[in-house]
Amino acid sequence: MSDVALPVTAGIAVIKPKLSRDDRIMRGFIVMVGVWMVIAVLLPLYFMLSKSAEDHDGNFIGLANFQEYFSTPALFYSIENSFFIAIVSTIITITLAFQFAYALTRSTMPGKGLFKTIALIPILAPSLLPAISFVYFFGQQGIIKELLLGNEIYGPIGIIMGEVFYTFPHALMILITALSTADGRLYEAALSLRASRVKIFFTVTLPGIKYGLISAVFVVFTLVITDFGIPKVIGGQFNVLATDIYKQVIGQQNFEMGAVVSVVLLIPAVLAFIVDRIVQRKQVALLTARAVPYEAKPARGFDTVMFVYSAIIGFLILAILGMAIYASFVTFWPYNMAFSLNNYDFDVMDGGGWDSFSNSITMALYTAVIGTTIIFTGAYMVEKAKGFGAVRGSIQFLCILPMAVPGMVLGLAYIFFFNHPDNPLNFIYGTMAILVICTITHFYTVSHMTAMTALKQMDPEFEAVSASLKVPFFKTFIQVTVPVCLPAILDISIYLFVNAMTTVSAVIFLYSTETNLASVAALNMDDAGDVAPAAAMCVMIVFVSATVRIFHAIFTRGMARRSQLWRQR
Amino acid sequence: MFIKMKSFKISKLIATTAALAFVASVGFKAHAETLTVYTAVEAEDLKKYASRFNEDHPDIEIKWVRDSTGIVTAKLLAEKNNPKADIVWGLAATSLMLLGNEGMLEPYSPKGVEKLDPKFRDSANPTSWTGMDAWVASICVNTVEAAKYSLPTPTKWRDLLNPVYKGHVIMPNPNSSGTGFLDVSSWLQLFGEGGGWTFMDGLHENIARYTHSGSKPCKLAASGEIPIGISFAFRGAKSKAKGAPLDIIIPEEGIGWDMEATAIIKGTPNMKAAMTLADWSISRKANEMYNEGYAVVAMPGVAKAVEFFPPEVATKMIDNDFAWAAQNRKRILAEWQGRYDSKSDPK
Repeated sequence: MSDVALPVTAGIAVIKPKLSRDDRIMRGFIVMVGVWMVIAVLLPLYFMLSKSAEDHDGNFIGLANFQEYFSTPALFYSIENSFFIAIVSTIITITLAFQFAYALTRSTMPGKGLFKTIALIPILAPSLLPAISFVYFFGQQGIIKELLLGNEIYGPIGIIMGEVFYTFPHALMILITALSTADGRLYEAALSLRASRVKIFFTVTLPGIKYGLISAVFVVFTLVITDFGIPKVIGGQFNVLATDIYKQVIGQQNFEMGAVVSVVLLIPAVLAFIVDRIVQRKQVALLTARAVPYEAKPARGFDTVMFVYSAIIGFLILAILGMAIYASFVTFWPYNMAFSLNNYDFDVMDGGGWDSFSNSITMALYTAVIGTTIIFTGAYMVEKAKGFGAVRGSIQFLCILPMAVPGMVLGLAYIFFFNHPDNPLNFIYGTMAILVICTITHFYTVSHMTAMTALKQMDPEFEAVSASLKVPFFKTFIQVTVPVCLPAILDISIYLFVNAMTTVSAVIFLYSTETNLASVAALNMDDAGDVAPAAAMCVMIVFVSATVRIFHAIFTRGMARRSQLWRQR
Repeated sequence: MFIKMKSFKISKLIATTAALAFVASVGFKAHAETLTVYTAVEAEDLKKYASRFNEDHPDIEIKWVRDSTGIVTAKLLAEKNNPKADIVWGLAATSLMLLGNEGMLEPYSPKGVEKLDPKFRDSANPTSWTGMDAWVASICVNTVEAAKYSLPTPTKWRDLLNPVYKGHVIMPNPNSSGTGFLDVSSWLQLFGEGGGWTFMDGLHENIARYTHSGSKPCKLAASGEIPIGISFAFRGAKSKAKGAPLDIIIPEEGIGWDMEATAIIKGTPNMKAAMTLADWSISRKANEMYNEGYAVVAMPGVAKAVEFFPPEVATKMIDNDFAWAAQNRKRILAEWQGRYDSKSDPK
């Protein structure tokens, strides 16, 4: 087809390069990613914002709803509560996770691999799990409720404890990365100047991880302030913004006020997101070519302290998980402590039964496969396309935007947008498709950034060489880029899968009876007072996530041996 | 040019999503006629309800959409402009009245509606909704836990004001639970507007915390998390049947109640099948079926005693003014929220 045309153009000196077929396809794809983000994020958010300025009959009333909100103490007290919980949980989590990360990176204690694996367990569980476990530890019939010295677990204490468990691995991963990239020369210099350990910590270590630390702080803060599962289960009388949205929408069918609370919750999340972005931009490469990676030296006393600390944290995490498993097998706590499988008989309980469990697996698979395809291909196009700068820039922005949108807010926005009668897409409302779209969108940012990091590591020469050999880009993409980036692709898919299994907040407003999900079922069972069956459902979710994770580890290792040989020297 | 391209992409995207939706809906099997039925009936009863109905009408397949009362109501309201439900079978009458006020119900008097107790049907003609069974408030007392704290067994609502119960009582939050609202509206009717709030002020002093759902207080009492839960009798009877050390108390002053009811959603394309189900839902056979779990049903003379269900329930039910409750619902909830739902009250 273009065989005739090509030599002609090639013969004439063209100043502005003509778009090749590759360029056109890539640009088409970029526009499609843009359309996805507009449909999946921008338009729903717009509908939600406009809902917050409407009365019940859909008339525009400006800020009247906000006025009502701020004149209702029961509602606006939640802002203070949410911030209180988020700040205290962040301080505790960061302190604990920092020491743990320090132990893993800066000591020579044994069992590092095991400790790290244990510390990442909370990621595999829905956030309700720690809350449910704490009921069995510290509730009225709890086995160690005396430890609370007469305080109630239902309230801020329970929420904060649950949030620390839930956010610990997220902070840990960021801090491990930050602590791993240290220049050994600085430490040698400090040591030769006879600086004390404490002094080195404050003058070398802390400044080196400054940005990682700030990033961890904002990630944890955002996770806590937007979390719904823990305050829902164990919050008692203590209202927070996320549970308020739920109460407004589900309890009172007051969608307008739900939208108002959503906007209120959106603000701190967006602020945290902006600060994090600014900090990230300031992060400069600490490791220059001349840097010598820091290597921890054995120090008996220090290593012992670190080992004991890590062992305690590891034990606590296992104990919390273990309690949920144990309670799920107890027939009728506390009156019949015999083991049985009664609590796993989900079909006679609220929440959708075993179907919800298989729905969750289906949803997680769709999310992983479709999400990874869209996100990785999208990242590739945005990273590798030539020209088209403005569009690429704005799509890059749209791709990191979902991180700033709390799950509850996204879910509610989806109701407003996708269930609008004039929306040609409203047929997906109540189907599996909307759950998949919502979940992919909710977890888009981290996946996108993982893909971008992997792609940036690839030399652009690959594309240049392929292009000069007249190999179409998609061939290069499939035969070179995808295999090279396979570890990142697998990471993205496992990230999406596990999050799809455990997420509650984004899908709580969107599931229908045929598409009930395990995590939502656990929440609803707990809501109906079936706490042990809720624990059982959480255990099933952890079981699936962990199994998939283990397979992923084995598979990655095998894959790495075959496709990543080139990385070894 | 750009716009044209964009709209082209949108249609492509829609096609992709359509394909996705199709994949998701594979496995859905066609049937002679399918009714989408929204319900809040207990999960364990759904199969029974559908199969009894199919004994008489095998040609109509029921596709259940089940959730708790609050969620089903929210869902129906959210779908107001674009209803997915053909009919609602088993949702609180107060919720149905709410939908009625939004003009979402199709007036239709099912065959034999005159045989129902007038309390159990819409007073308009034709009726917009018809009742199934009553769902009554009660107090669940865990005898083991009560003995541990040496708490006397309450026999009246007012007994709960006794300071010995401080921190030992749980009730549902009326803002999220239908049962909670039923309690609050019944106290306002029993004790008068002023007396009702005074009662609740006192009760609030003893409440450990408010729960989101109405069945949770009784289940928490059943599992010993709290000695006393204000909940509904059906839940208490079920937990007692499972072996929980529970006493189900019907307070002497009288008890609030709501009913599960049926209504056709306006604009359903399956009107004929919906009418068939509505007719069946008030038949004698259906009422006998409701009676397997509920002591009080819509058709007089059908009810037999239900195991573990307090026998005096029917006589203690207050003359509930549903219209008043529905009209004042918003005001009552706002008042309640202002008084008890804020952080300034530690307990």
